[in-house]
This record gives sequence, structure tokens and C-alpha cells, in this order.
Amino acid sequence: MLNLNMFLLLSSILFSIGLAGIVINRHNLVVLLMCVELLLLAVNTNFIAFSHYLHHIEGQIFVFFILTVAAAETAVGLAILMLLYRKRGTIEIDKMDMLKG
Amino acid sequence: MSFLLTQHFPIELVCFYTFALLLLISAGMVVLSKNPVQSALYLILAFFASAALWIMAEAEFLGLILVLVYVGAVMTLFLFVLMTIPFENLLLKKKHWTYLLSGIVVIILFTLLMLKIFAPFQMLSLTANVPTSVSNTEAIGLQLYTTYLFPFELAGLILLVAIIAAISLSAKYNRQKIVVNVNEQINVTAATRLKIIKMAAEPKIAKDEPHA
Repeated sequence: MLNLNMFLLLSSILFSIGLAGIVINRHNLVVLLMCVELLLLAVNTNFIAFSHYLHHIEGQIFVFFILTVAAAETAVGLAILMLLYRKRGTIEIDKMDMLKG
Repeated sequence: MSFLLTQHFPIELVCFYTFALLLLISAGMVVLSKNPVQSALYLILAFFASAALWIMAEAEFLGLILVLVYVGAVMTLFLFVLMTIPFENLLLKKKHWTYLLSGIVVIILFTLLMLKIFAPFQMLSLTANVPTSVSNTEAIGLQLYTTYLFPFELAGLILLVAIIAAISLSAKYNRQKIVVNVNEQINVTAATRLKIIKMAAEPKIAKDEPHA
């Protein structure tokens, strides 16, 4: 029987995969942004599951807004990445040490 | 084949496990793959599997929006940006396995944390849903344009700000110091640009000797 537990477990494993991706990944800024997308996907799945099992539509409305903000954030993040690539010539995270003391 | 649709075959569990496994495997490959373009494609697969799961949870509008907006716009944007970077710069040169241990610890701790919260939710199930007369899109619309109208307008404003930010960050400006007046340019006559001077003919000058 498909219950809420399974959706929540799925969303938490997805969230931790995204989180581990951010921690493990040290070589590429684009993969970092993709792992942030994974985090947001996990949270959205969580909201959808709760919205379904508690019979409230507000969960889906919040997902709507999260999708909007995630798309906006991705666009701005990629614009910053392109600018960084133009100035630094690389997108490795280890090379972004301009603020290092 | 009709045994798949009988009461005894747990079709929804099979569908859920299939799409959930696809989702988790492609999410793992996003993180572990050497090539960021492959990561992007695995992420697209993850979004498709996730859209299938959302449609199973009766959120059809959002499942389709996920495919249209997220895959169709955001991931396309990712791939376009990846296209502008030369390929040799993208590949993983050496793996940083020192961070892998902390990554695994993060996964285990976080999943344990979530498992502690799961206990009260075992009773609820998918089939206890009361079917309503409105479709999912209509139900979202009924709330979105009445109760949540202000956040909806703010979301539009956020998108506007994002457009302005993205364009102003990545646009290349042509530094044009000379301003051209097109009217003047096409009304030019030869008399204003050329002056013909009459000179008397002069004797031919011998060429200089080359350097000795």
C-alpha cells in the first residue's frame, strides 16, 4: 500500500544525495548548481506528497512558488557563472579564492 | 496482460518503485558523473521521473509544469551555458575523494533524522482520497488567484528582477565612442569630402640606390 512514508523517504534520500553532491563536488561550479536543483526537487516532492495525503491544495501552490524562485535563482546563478568564466577562465571551485585571506 | 489491472496486482506500488528507483539512480549519477553535460542529462531524466511521481500523487498540473518549465527552460539554460565553456575545462581531472567520507556521513545522518520524523505518518494512504468535482488545475487556480494573489504578483516581480539581473550581468556592451548621425552621412556630397588640386607636371626623380 502506497503511503506518505514512502514519498517522504524518497524525498529525504534525494535531499541527502543533493547535499552530498554539494559536499563531494569540488571541481565544477555547474554541478554544484545542479545539486541545488536536486535539493529543491526533493523539497518539492515533499510538499506534493503532503498536499496529496492531507487533502490541502496549498502544498501545490507553494510548490508553484518554489519552482518560480528556483528558475529565477538558476538564471541569475548561471549568469554569474558565465561572468566568472569570462574573468577567471575556469569554473573550478578551488580556483575561486579571491576572498581568501 | 489484464492481470496487471486486477485488484490483486499492486500496480501503484510497482509504478512508484520504478519511478523512484529511476529518480534516485539518475540523481546519484548527477553527482558521480565525470562529465557535466552527462550530469545535466541525468538531471533531466531525474526531472522526468519526478514528474511521473507527481502525477501519481494527483498533482498533474505541477507534474507537467515541471517538464515544461524546469526541463524545457531551466535545463536548456544549463546546457546552453555548458556549451559556451570549452570541453577540456569541464572534465574532472582528479577526484576529490577526501570529501567523500563527509558526503556519506551527511547522507546517513540526514536520512536517520528524517526517519525519526516519519513515525506518525504511516496510517495515511493513497486511496483514501475523496474525488472532487474540479480538476487539479482548476483547484490550484481557485486558490492561487484569490487567496494567494499577492504572492502570485510578487512571483512575477521576482521573475522580472531575475531577467534584469541575468541580462545586465551577462550582456557584452559595445563601447561605441563615435556616434554616427545617419542623416548627415547620407547627405554627403563629393564637394564636401574631396578637394582637387591642380599641380604642374614635374620631372621624373631617379630611384635611390639601395643601401650598400
